[in-house]
Amino acid sequence: MKHLIDIKDLSTDEINELISVAKDIMSNPDKYAEKCKRKKLATLFYEPSTRTRLSFEAAMMELGGNVLGFSDATSSSVSKGESVSDTVKVVSGYADIIAMRHPKEGAPLVASLKSEIPIINAGDGGHNHPTQTLTDLLTIQCEKHRLNDLTIGVCGDLKFGRTVHSLIVAMSRYKNIKFVLISPKELEIPEYIKKDVLEKNNIEYIETNDIEEYMGKLDILYMTRVQKERFFNEEEYIRLKDSYILDKQKLENAKEDLCIMHPLPRVNEISVEVDDDKRACYFKQAKYGKYIRMALILKLLEIK
Amino acid sequence: MNIDSIQNGYVIDHIQAGESFNIYNYLNLGELDTQVAIIKNAKSKKSGRKDIIKIDEITDINLDILGYLDSNITVNKIVNGKIANKYHPKLPEKLVNIIKCKNPRCITSIEQELPHICELTDRENKVYRCKYCEEKVN
Repeated sequence: MKHLIDIKDLSTDEINELISVAKDIMSNPDKYAEKCKRKKLATLFYEPSTRTRLSFEAAMMELGGNVLGFSDATSSSVSKGESVSDTVKVVSGYADIIAMRHPKEGAPLVASLKSEIPIINAGDGGHNHPTQTLTDLLTIQCEKHRLNDLTIGVCGDLKFGRTVHSLIVAMSRYKNIKFVLISPKELEIPEYIKKDVLEKNNIEYIETNDIEEYMGKLDILYMTRVQKERFFNEEEYIRLKDSYILDKQKLENAKEDLCIMHPLPRVNEISVEVDDDKRACYFKQAKYGKYIRMALILKLLEIK
Repeated sequence: MNIDSIQNGYVIDHIQAGESFNIYNYLNLGELDTQVAIIKNAKSKKSGRKDIIKIDEITDINLDILGYLDSNITVNKIVNGKIANKYHPKLPEKLVNIIKCKNPRCITSIEQELPHICELTDRENKVYRCKYCEEKVN
């Protein structure tokens, strides 16, 4: 039985296979409409994440399956003090697959050690969020038609932004990838990502605090939110949150086929005026998320 | 003071003086039925004083943890009264309930009776990371 806890759990071949299945689902949705008939997905969300939960639920519904679960810890037995291990053992008897979101890092791994059914990590604190990374990879593949030979700008909170860390780790598998790391000094990428991932894999990267400096070189611009919950000090959050707002003016020198991505939700780091630009891919990206989750559910349930 | 030499077993030597009881506990030597001698404050040419533990039986006891606790320790495996093998234990790949993860955002901070498991991720720099949250623990 396979789980998805960390994007590193998947080989490059497996990722490519998921992308291929997701693209086939997009082209032939009817073929997959009953693939998960009588199967149940349990969404165990110990902290609210409406977007991710709805994406998983929509994915299972489009495969003809059913969903059950809870959307925050106060409405579940965890409010009575039940452990993650006990909860998944119980839910293993009710569902066929679990998508778990938890504020504590490592909770889905603990769940996978006790569960009798596949576990999908739907985000564990600031740690991993592998289905977001798969979504990003599918988006890049669909929009750029390749995963090699790309210059990727990542902008915003690179210190706490787990989606950025996972994206860098995932893209390090592919050939001729370059990164432009755009952030204020306070939110620079951690040393261990530079040392253990970028330098270890001989990936070229540039660090800058100017969003426009390398704009013309980018194939992809991955914007991220400066997340309030990652700060201990509100003043610091207020000071930094507006540092890098993408608007039409900053895009003046950008390539015609730039792909602008964002894991969403957006606060104000991309001006609404950019939404109508053909290079804005972030809402499509959210839609791709549903298809890659469909592909993942099929894979983990071993349904062809 | 004389302690008999052993015929078959282990001599854990060059333990930092005063640490032998901790080592005894980490290795769960109290659970063995065999004779175990703890020698405190033995004379040492290198460090002045040292502790020694003698175990009077060859068991399948895992001594790898000694590599993490004190890299100066030497283990002498005694067979038929002679030293058959003398070595410094290597850093173990995994430590269970030896170091606690201090990351307040880690699941180990709330999950009942979850073992604290740390894995060696960088042998050169002796870096262990929590199995669950992957934070550095040492």
